[in-house]
Amino acid sequence: MQSHTTHQLQGENLSCVRDDRELFANLDFTIHTGQVLLLEGKNGSGKTSLLRIICGFREPDTGAVSWCGEEIPQSQYYSDMAYVGHLDGIKKELTVQENLRLSLALGQPGKLFIQQALEKVQLIGYDDTLIQALSAGQKRRLSLARLLITHNVLWILDEPFTSLDKQGIVLVESLMAEHCSTGGMIVMTSHHDINLQSIDVQSIRLS
Amino acid sequence: MAMIDAFTAIVRRDLVLAMRRRSEIANPVLFFILVITLFPLGIGAQPKLLQAIAPGIIWVSALLATMLSLDSLFRSDFDDGSLEQILLSPHPTSILVLGKITAHWLTTGLPLLIVAPLLAVFLGMPNQSLSILLLTLFLGTPILSLIGAVGVALTVGLRRGGMILSLLVLPLYVPVLIFASNAVEMASTGLPVTAQINILISMLLMALVLAPWPTAAALKMSINS
Repeated sequence: MQSHTTHQLQGENLSCVRDDRELFANLDFTIHTGQVLLLEGKNGSGKTSLLRIICGFREPDTGAVSWCGEEIPQSQYYSDMAYVGHLDGIKKELTVQENLRLSLALGQPGKLFIQQALEKVQLIGYDDTLIQALSAGQKRRLSLARLLITHNVLWILDEPFTSLDKQGIVLVESLMAEHCSTGGMIVMTSHHDINLQSIDVQSIRLS
Repeated sequence: MAMIDAFTAIVRRDLVLAMRRRSEIANPVLFFILVITLFPLGIGAQPKLLQAIAPGIIWVSALLATMLSLDSLFRSDFDDGSLEQILLSPHPTSILVLGKITAHWLTTGLPLLIVAPLLAVFLGMPNQSLSILLLTLFLGTPILSLIGAVGVALTVGLRRGGMILSLLVLPLYVPVLIFASNAVEMASTGLPVTAQINILISMLLMALVLAPWPTAAALKMSINS
């Protein structure tokens, strides 16, 4: 188990302009260990753009994002964060296990082994199944398993509940609750109402 | 070391992927073989002429075959989000990119090297230049993959990057073509080719050191669209 040092993700005065349209401006947020930042807003309101700014893929038009007081991009940040986006980043010609092995090689080993993580996301017995044989919901759960096998503090999730069934949603919510209670933090977007009792959820509504 | 592990993991993954999509490997080699076998048919049975233009034919075909395969270098990773994960890795992107380029060479450059002797004999190339042909291909095709990677990284985000890619990359391929085919030609007349080989070696080393960084930077730009 990792030590519970507190981490902090901070966005200051962020704004984003896309195709001459201002998506958001002067946005500030700060979250600490154990907290969830929920981004809400209708389609096209800039939720994904904000997530991509937080990931460091996109530079904000003004302002800056900082991790533990240091502006990103910085190397410590990339070993502390993990991102699951619209695109799941898994290769359909490879098996479940091969995909997870690669994620493990790209990051640093985390709390769980591959087998334990597959058990957690209820994909046990699918190790040698090609991804193209999995359903959309199973793929989504696999991409979340990636978060469990690598070391990370900050999860950045873009619509994590897409294509999950009710049971899957409950599962993911419990994983998120567990992550937050063991020293992690989450930034996410969601259309669904999330049910995370006992966790400090901050929401930002983009319009 | 974790960085080396990440590098080998990328190479291994791309090789497994290539094995599972065999047509992708077969395509450039097939193109290479077809173009070279069509030349004697078009020109007619004139052994002297064929022998004289053989180095040029083989090298131009190798260059075009490599260009044909370039687009697949980052395309599928870009489309399915694997590229995002590679860029977010705490390991240096340039090392991971070098892994992808290595796998690209192993699946496109190396097969050309394997079929080249056969085609050289087919075009009636003299035996003394065969080893030099292989040496130039061994040194030259990795340069093509490395330079090509920069071009693909710049154009992977564009919907129709193919045309721009050719315009970007071809001028940079020309020096390789000139020195390599010149070396093979010289060798067939029995002249020393150390100078050309040394230049190819230096180009390879330079590309090896200088290409991964702009590729990594260009990928970061392409992902942001």
